[in-house]
Amino acid sequence: MKTINQKAWLFVIPVLLLVAFNALIPIMTVVNYSVQETFGNNLFFWQGLDWFEQLLNSERFYSALGRQFLFTGTILAIEIPLGVIIALAMPRKGFWVPVCLVLMALPMLIPWNVVGAMWNIFTLPDIGLLGYFINNVLGIEYNMTQSPVAAWVTIIAMDVWHWTSLVVLLSYAGLVSIPDAFYQAAKIDGASNFAIFRYIQLPKMKRVLTIAILLRFMDSFNIYTEPFVLTGGGPGNSTTLLSIDLVKIALGQFDLGPAAAMSLIYFAITLLVSWLFYTLMTKDDEPKRGDRI
Amino acid sequence: MAKITLSKLQHSYYADPQEPKDYALKNINLDWDDGGAYALLGPSGCGKSTLLNIISGLLTPTHGQVLFDDKNVTQLTPAERNIAQVFQFPVIYDTMSVFDNLAFPLRNRGVKEKVLKARVHEIAKMLEITNLLKIRGSRLSPDNKQKVSMGRGLVREDVNIVMFDEPLTVIDPHLKWKLRSKLKELHQKVRATMIYVTHDQTEALTFADQVVVMQDGDIVQIGTPVELFERPAHTFVGHFIGSPGMNILPCEINNGAAFFNGKKIQLEGPIKPDIEGTAEIGIRPEFISLSKSGIEAKVRKVADVGRHKIVEAMLGDTRISVIVEGELPAQGSSVYLNFQPNQTRIYHDGWIASEQKR
Repeated sequence: MKTINQKAWLFVIPVLLLVAFNALIPIMTVVNYSVQETFGNNLFFWQGLDWFEQLLNSERFYSALGRQFLFTGTILAIEIPLGVIIALAMPRKGFWVPVCLVLMALPMLIPWNVVGAMWNIFTLPDIGLLGYFINNVLGIEYNMTQSPVAAWVTIIAMDVWHWTSLVVLLSYAGLVSIPDAFYQAAKIDGASNFAIFRYIQLPKMKRVLTIAILLRFMDSFNIYTEPFVLTGGGPGNSTTLLSIDLVKIALGQFDLGPAAAMSLIYFAITLLVSWLFYTLMTKDDEPKRGDRI
Repeated sequence: MAKITLSKLQHSYYADPQEPKDYALKNINLDWDDGGAYALLGPSGCGKSTLLNIISGLLTPTHGQVLFDDKNVTQLTPAERNIAQVFQFPVIYDTMSVFDNLAFPLRNRGVKEKVLKARVHEIAKMLEITNLLKIRGSRLSPDNKQKVSMGRGLVREDVNIVMFDEPLTVIDPHLKWKLRSKLKELHQKVRATMIYVTHDQTEALTFADQVVVMQDGDIVQIGTPVELFERPAHTFVGHFIGSPGMNILPCEINNGAAFFNGKKIQLEGPIKPDIEGTAEIGIRPEFISLSKSGIEAKVRKVADVGRHKIVEAMLGDTRISVIVEGELPAQGSSVYLNFQPNQTRIYHDGWIASEQKR
């Protein structure tokens, strides 16, 4: 007879506690807020699903969500191809490899709020290097505190500057793992440069690119600090992304209930998109050893 | 298909080679006939892969020329040379089906889809992978992957040479034997010039009509498997080929006769003139027998390797291996060795120095 030993459960307890304290309990607090109304003094009134209903019928939420998708979509459409192109152009061996790698890693080492402040000053029309240059040398009117278009261009440029390196480094890691024999075989098979990219480099980068897209999606979808420091959501509401709106509701207006409901929906969207994307990308991955023929 | 000529090839991986030791290939001259099966055999680092990459065009030699059918191709790219190469690790286009993998070299050269289809099926049939044609490359096991990469090499009918760079390294032992005989069979079917690089003597000797043995960037001997086994031109070949390798015993040459341990040894024929003093006797373990009288030695170790038995005997500090068919002597006992004269040779400075009787 098989003996059943339940002792193994003991070893799971530390992880369980850790997850409980840093994820489950905070989330449950949010769930708790989302179905109640409070006016302070620790007084709570049952509200049911009212906040959810209100939020899903509010134009303000949908426009913030729309801006959020526009932002994430735009930066992904720029950062992923740009990152791959830079990675392809980087040297594979020699003196310049570490130089390139360090240069690439630099933007990522800078804290979020510093990046926001840097770009804020950088783009000021009167004293910022870039802002002054565009306005006075190129003669194009550019002021992100007044023009929504300028504000959008700036936050996108800032994100591309800050995070393209992540895509570059991940793609580069994928590229250097390709053995020389693949390139030699392709040469002998008479493959064009495009065919080499399409049939060797891209398939070998698929896994790391999946991770890169996933990370960039989650990060940019939840982005707060940089646009907050840079534009504060303005001018008007033009750069008020979901997270900025959420903080406005929660801390600015102290509407904890609606803010909690919004957080949950926000979280659900991020989770759903990430899961869908990951599942689709790994659907026909390499089989396990045993499935090989 | 083509005749290959290598003329005064030298290659160094350094930008500015000074001494002979800077060269991975020292001075290679070779002529290979159209449609032959050749093997390059040598230990790791002897320059055989360098030589192969020079023939395929992946490397340009520092000096010398590569000629296909007397046409100089030294500066041409691999695609222009129209050769095929199978690598140590199977190269497969993961996202393509096996069919598309095999069709890839043809499609890149603009072959019509109808012609291509027939050719791919023909090659798949030869390699017995017709049932896999629709499967994605990434799902294959290593041996099938290697079959597909071989197929990609053979699929073009007009290739000048097909080269194999240790293609069986990653294959499981029981499949190695199968693929090896498959290769030999393929060579007979397609009659392309084939070059097989390996450090495994069994692979080289079973595949090739002619084997080139290399050491330290130089060719030591070129010959048929039988020639290499029976009459190695250099002690390195004698030692490298055969299991166990040739016995190399110190001897004294005096007035055209060889003395080992004070005893005169019968040789295959006369020793080359002008050789006096220290030299070496070379004799394969297969050609030594045990008997009642002869050279006395102590048995140090006996081993039964299945097909035959190996006796390791010591004479002073010299170790002599003997292959024995019959009964094994006891460890520690004394035995008497007899050398078969027509298989006993003299080597001087490593090179053969005795001549065969006519």
